[in-house]
Amino acid sequence: MNEPLLRELVPAVIGVLVRRGADFASAEDAVQEALIQAIDAWPGDPPRDPKAWLVAAAWHRFLDAARSEASRRGRELTVEAEPPAGPVPAADDTLRLYFLCAQPALPRSSAVALTLRAVGGLTTRQIAAAYLVPEPTMAQRISRAKRRVAGLPPGQPGDLGTVLRVLYLVFNEGYGGGLDLAAEAIRLTRQLAALADDPEAAGLLALMLLHHARRPSRTGPGGRLVPLAEQDRSRWDTRLIAEGVAVLQGALARDRLGEYQAQAAIAALHADARTAAETDWTQIVEWYDELLALTGSPVVRLNRAVAVGEADGPLAGLSELAPLDAGLPRYAAVSAYLHERAGRPALAAGLYAEAARAAASTPERDHLLRQAARLHRRK
Amino acid sequence: MKYLLLKHYRGGPAPAVEFAPMDQWAPAEVDAHIQFMLDFAARLEQSGEFVDGQALAPGGAFVRYDGEGRPPVTDGPFAETKDLIAGWMVIDVESWDRAVQLAGELSAAPGPGGKPIYEWLEVRPFLAHPQTVTE
Repeated sequence: MNEPLLRELVPAVIGVLVRRGADFASAEDAVQEALIQAIDAWPGDPPRDPKAWLVAAAWHRFLDAARSEASRRGRELTVEAEPPAGPVPAADDTLRLYFLCAQPALPRSSAVALTLRAVGGLTTRQIAAAYLVPEPTMAQRISRAKRRVAGLPPGQPGDLGTVLRVLYLVFNEGYGGGLDLAAEAIRLTRQLAALADDPEAAGLLALMLLHHARRPSRTGPGGRLVPLAEQDRSRWDTRLIAEGVAVLQGALARDRLGEYQAQAAIAALHADARTAAETDWTQIVEWYDELLALTGSPVVRLNRAVAVGEADGPLAGLSELAPLDAGLPRYAAVSAYLHERAGRPALAAGLYAEAARAAASTPERDHLLRQAARLHRRK
Repeated sequence: MKYLLLKHYRGGPAPAVEFAPMDQWAPAEVDAHIQFMLDFAARLEQSGEFVDGQALAPGGAFVRYDGEGRPPVTDGPFAETKDLIAGWMVIDVESWDRAVQLAGELSAAPGPGGKPIYEWLEVRPFLAHPQTVTE
């Protein structure tokens, strides 16, 4: 069975049901049930017209649910049992679905789950496995999110920034439960960038492509983390890099810079260097200045200090670091790196050990432990 | 039967062998230790005995209720506590003896010089559901 095709159909089928008079929450439930039915039935009996099959199955599910709800409440069923066959503005429907699933009012984790289900066409079970939570927990998270969405005033304009943040979160999750979330995020962002016609949507797509291109070289045996400077650049995916750069150039040409475009520009400069030594750090610092002007984020300041350390030497990097809050995530790791380059291995070893204790993931912790161990030996 | 294997940063009986903290080992010794842990979990997955495992960050705090309308009280994080859990693994095995055997193998993870670190691991049985046939 062609599961990617099946999943691509999901937002359009939800759109058809909504146009026939179903509310979003019921339509989405009905399509999810039809999707699970299709996963069971299609391998043995593939339909000639997959979309028509899904629409019919979902519409039946919806009518069944609506009828039992109507009889439970003693009301008449108001939706038309025989829907009109009108023209199908599927693109607008899909775009509206992105905005609906990533409402600013929703908790981030709910928006992520709802987007993956309604726009991504994943089943609750797949999403639960990817995020390592029990399936009933994920089912609850999704139905609470839908109740919340249903309570919002209709026709509320979407917030593209929230949609982009949700997709960025999915991308950063990487792999989970046998599901390639990064690839899924790219698929959804590619579709969004085509529909939304916005330079930041294109910027996010470029950023994802440029990072994804480096993925094969980012981990070594046993899942160990390989830092950028040590990556085998011959394993970078040049096709993805070329596409990322082209998408970024198209976005930058529209002269409406945003944070994703600026981040993608930094990623593009890394991708452009054939060796770590050839990296154009001066230009990278300039892009960090842009990014800082756009966001004012202390995390950007911290990353900028690393770039300054490379462009102007470790002491310059350390003086950028000095005014920052030592409680920032990765502060100790950045400090360790700059101090090592400034010729203070003992101080750096202690800072790496401290950074390992504050690490947010096991591969990162192990990487920092190795750095501490390496320097401890040299003392 | 399910058992929890608990790894402690600190706490438990006096260490059988004293060794330096991991950040002071040779990098190859760190690699060997991490690889041993990965291999152990992979082997239990193969044998159908692995359930779950997670590492915990050393930070955190104790938290308790402090009465209606008041925010919870927190205590910590502590720089030096008697006991600090580093991580856990849940296994599903035939018997207590098998759980002890596996914990013994895990405790032989290599440390400095590639020698086992003889680390104390805590093994705790899960309280199970009541069995239907004994009703």
